[in-house]
Amino acid sequence: MPRVVVDVVPKPEILDPQGQAIVRALPRMGLRGVRDVRQGKHFELDVDDEVDAQTLHRIAGELLANPVIENWTVRRL
Amino acid sequence: MSPAPTSAACRIGVITFPGTLDDVDAARAVRHAGAQPVSLWHADDDLHDVDAVVVPGGFSYGDYLRAGAIAAHQPVLRAVVDAARRGTPVLGICNGFQILCEAGLLPGALVRNAGLHFVCRDQRLRVETNATAWTGRYPAGAEIVVPLKSIEGRYVADASTLAALAGEGRVVLRYLGTSPNGAVQDIAGIASADGRVVGLMPHPEHAIDSLTGPSADGLDFFRSAIDAVLGSISV
Repeated sequence: MPRVVVDVVPKPEILDPQGQAIVRALPRMGLRGVRDVRQGKHFELDVDDEVDAQTLHRIAGELLANPVIENWTVRRL
Repeated sequence: MSPAPTSAACRIGVITFPGTLDDVDAARAVRHAGAQPVSLWHADDDLHDVDAVVVPGGFSYGDYLRAGAIAAHQPVLRAVVDAARRGTPVLGICNGFQILCEAGLLPGALVRNAGLHFVCRDQRLRVETNATAWTGRYPAGAEIVVPLKSIEGRYVADASTLAALAGEGRVVLRYLGTSPNGAVQDIAGIASADGRVVGLMPHPEHAIDSLTGPSADGLDFFRSAIDAVLGSISV
């Protein structure tokens, strides 16, 4: 059964305070050099063979991501 | 000759999803305003002939995926979208606002508060327009105090949407004082193009009498909807 990965991240113009909190936490761990973090979501879908690209596009764009605030990518593994 | 319709004839639906918290207060507000609350369930396919709908606050489906994302695809919401297209007044409060945005009835989205904290306070607001089904009783520019309690309350929208909202007088409420959540242009509530659908993050149903709320400033949202319903019946 094919596996499909959908990654969702906030659009660049959307302030991501969770990502900023991660950036601020890293130096406190002694880990330096990270300028920006965008926190998103990672989905792994096991799909039937007949699920086509258009259907995957709808799954990603109509439910997994909110296109008002998020960008997404679909990858077949 | 039929008698003139009265507010008691006005039936306002209040939806309950798994995880909804404020349906009881919303129904109480409807009753205090003089209308009859009608309980609607997330699995309902129709709205039982109600005249208006309140989508109350809470954490429908545990805010899984995104706040409001799962509720927006439930059967009762499809019925709400159909009713809204016919002009039925719909009010989305807090999680209800998030649901209406996810369902595409209102533009934009609600995201995590800029300060990352859950904000719970009595919030000063300005009513920017009374040209909606839910704010007709307020003088334009009225300042009110209503509880705000949310962590995904920061309204965002792209520039063209914001220009349309401003140009068409569809910004219904703005936060006054220090921004509670970083919402763009201090927007706390917006309306659909026809003014029948309103979404807002603050909770007018928690401010309907001074015994249980910080004010009674919220009651006129519900009275306004009764006016809108009775007005459209008599036309």
